[in-house]
Amino acid sequence: MRAVCWRGKKDVAVERVPDAEILNPRDAIIRVTTTAICGSDLHLYDGYIPTMKAGDILGHEFMGEVVALGKNVRNLKVGDRVVIPFTIACGNCLFCKKDLWSLCDNSNPNAGLAETINGYSGSALFGYSHIYGGFAGGQAEYVRVPFADVGPFKVPSHLTDEQVLFLSDIFPTGYMAAENCNIQRGDTVAVWGCGPVGLFAIKSAKMLGAERVIGIDPVAGRRQKAREWGATDVVDPDEYDILKALDDLTAGRGPDACIDAVGLEAHGTTLGARYDQVKTSLWLATDRPMCLRQAILACRKGGTVSIPGVYGGLLDKLPMGAAFAKGLTFKMGQTHVHRYFKPLLERIEKGDIDPSQVITHKYNLSDAPKAYKQFLNDRDECVKVVLKP
Amino acid sequence: MASTLLAVAAKSATGDRSTPRKIINAMPMTPTNVSAPERWVSLAGGAALVGYGLSRKTPSLWALLSGGYLLYRATTGNCPISQAVGFSTADSTAPNAAIAGRHGTRVDHSVTIAKPVADVYRFWRDLENLPHFMEHLIDVDTTTDGKSHWVAKGPLGLKVEWDAEIITDTPNHVIGWRSLPGADVDTAGSVRFRELADGRGTEIRVELKYDPPAGQVGTFVAKLFGENPDRQVREDLRRLKQILEAGEVPTVKGQPHGKR
Repeated sequence: MRAVCWRGKKDVAVERVPDAEILNPRDAIIRVTTTAICGSDLHLYDGYIPTMKAGDILGHEFMGEVVALGKNVRNLKVGDRVVIPFTIACGNCLFCKKDLWSLCDNSNPNAGLAETINGYSGSALFGYSHIYGGFAGGQAEYVRVPFADVGPFKVPSHLTDEQVLFLSDIFPTGYMAAENCNIQRGDTVAVWGCGPVGLFAIKSAKMLGAERVIGIDPVAGRRQKAREWGATDVVDPDEYDILKALDDLTAGRGPDACIDAVGLEAHGTTLGARYDQVKTSLWLATDRPMCLRQAILACRKGGTVSIPGVYGGLLDKLPMGAAFAKGLTFKMGQTHVHRYFKPLLERIEKGDIDPSQVITHKYNLSDAPKAYKQFLNDRDECVKVVLKP
Repeated sequence: MASTLLAVAAKSATGDRSTPRKIINAMPMTPTNVSAPERWVSLAGGAALVGYGLSRKTPSLWALLSGGYLLYRATTGNCPISQAVGFSTADSTAPNAAIAGRHGTRVDHSVTIAKPVADVYRFWRDLENLPHFMEHLIDVDTTTDGKSHWVAKGPLGLKVEWDAEIITDTPNHVIGWRSLPGADVDTAGSVRFRELADGRGTEIRVELKYDPPAGQVGTFVAKLFGENPDRQVREDLRRLKQILEAGEVPTVKGQPHGKR
């Protein structure tokens, strides 16, 4: 089969690899009909995530048709059309039972490695480095899905692939980021990063009752998209002092909640951003937490900082003093995708949201190298890329 | 030292009732006067000397003779020269059952399993389940009299075997076992169970002690071969949890990938 393989920093290739096979009794094999490149795939592409090996198959946003089932998967049948959560979860451990699926105890074959770095291991993810389990991803013609009796979610035939594909990651991720803000009617929410997760967070914040949603992004095309998706205000952080702008927009209160939908690779022209760039390029720091610093400083007293953006290591110059002084609440982590499938599918069916509108580019799977390059470099035009195997 | 290295090696290669094993068993008993670490050093040194002796165009008689002597010393634990001068480095107080105070390796680990204590206890009490999650075990056979025969992977690809008996068994609380005299590896272990409140599962605490075929040097050699006992037990307990909770052990072995 054809698969998108990571070869090294800024190098992906479509290679012929052996077909995916059932390895465990709870596995299923899915023929991928549509897959996408996630913003977090760019962290892999840029070489920011450790424990990648040349030849690893990428992709954690995918859906398709069931073509084979392990002997313990009884709730699916061959031919079912399913969306797959990017987090792999067993469904039986303490965390799965508590609806904290991305913290599953039993899905990561390399849990020992994750424990040495993080203390405890979260769930495995598809196509996202060996510390997250080393599972082959879904940017391929076929993919093996472990614990297929609890993961894959059947979707109705009247909805297109493009409408339901993003239930696999970015829609639940944006939604959970907004839900984590504990939004009260009339709240103001600021969102750093108007890429796909930021857009879903903006839309979700509105759906959950926020009165004002402020989108922050240096890319004009993305600010425009944010407005289309429901942002009441947008700010260009390269043009305005973001802390002053947010203080002005909220008449001295600060946003009730701040969402960092950027994560470890923040770009910027401020002194802080340059400092992060120098430190990470010298390997003196692992992450560039510029947006997180701003979110902490901007947030109102007693407010919430919600972090769907990915962080990987040790963060420098994080204003914990300000966080403490203002009594902030932090909410973060990988998305508990399984929890959101049903309610968010209902939102799509009711017409509250059409996730397919985030798509700006479609390519054949064979054009993946070009698609990655464009997604990285053309941020103005290219917001979301889907690939068709 | 419960049995000689030579016997372990021969049994591993040819089986318990094989001719070489019988020959070794029939060999006259010589007093053991070489300590286990020293025997490993002799084994390595002897093998190197014999290898060197054979690799030369004209085989070196000196190297072959002294290498052979060291190999004899390593495999039998008897040094005729030491014996002649009345010198011994072997520990004459070594116990013949379980493990004495300062000896061997002790590993303990604990894990929480989201299952009722009765399920976890029952799974462990059937000792034949142990090889499902203890990677170094090849097989455990239980007999009706409470005894069991264990076969495990030893260092350097050798198989080691022993008989064991259950010495403590309080259902849903504790199971304890130890090897019987004559084991290749003197070993003892216990597992304690504690049910948590509100259906949070069961804590289990495992303690294993074993006296590897060559004492501390054996542990060192095992580490060289990636068999760190501490990590091994931690990963064993992780597999136990995965089997009991998820019904399978997650794996990526055998999945496709591009050019490495």
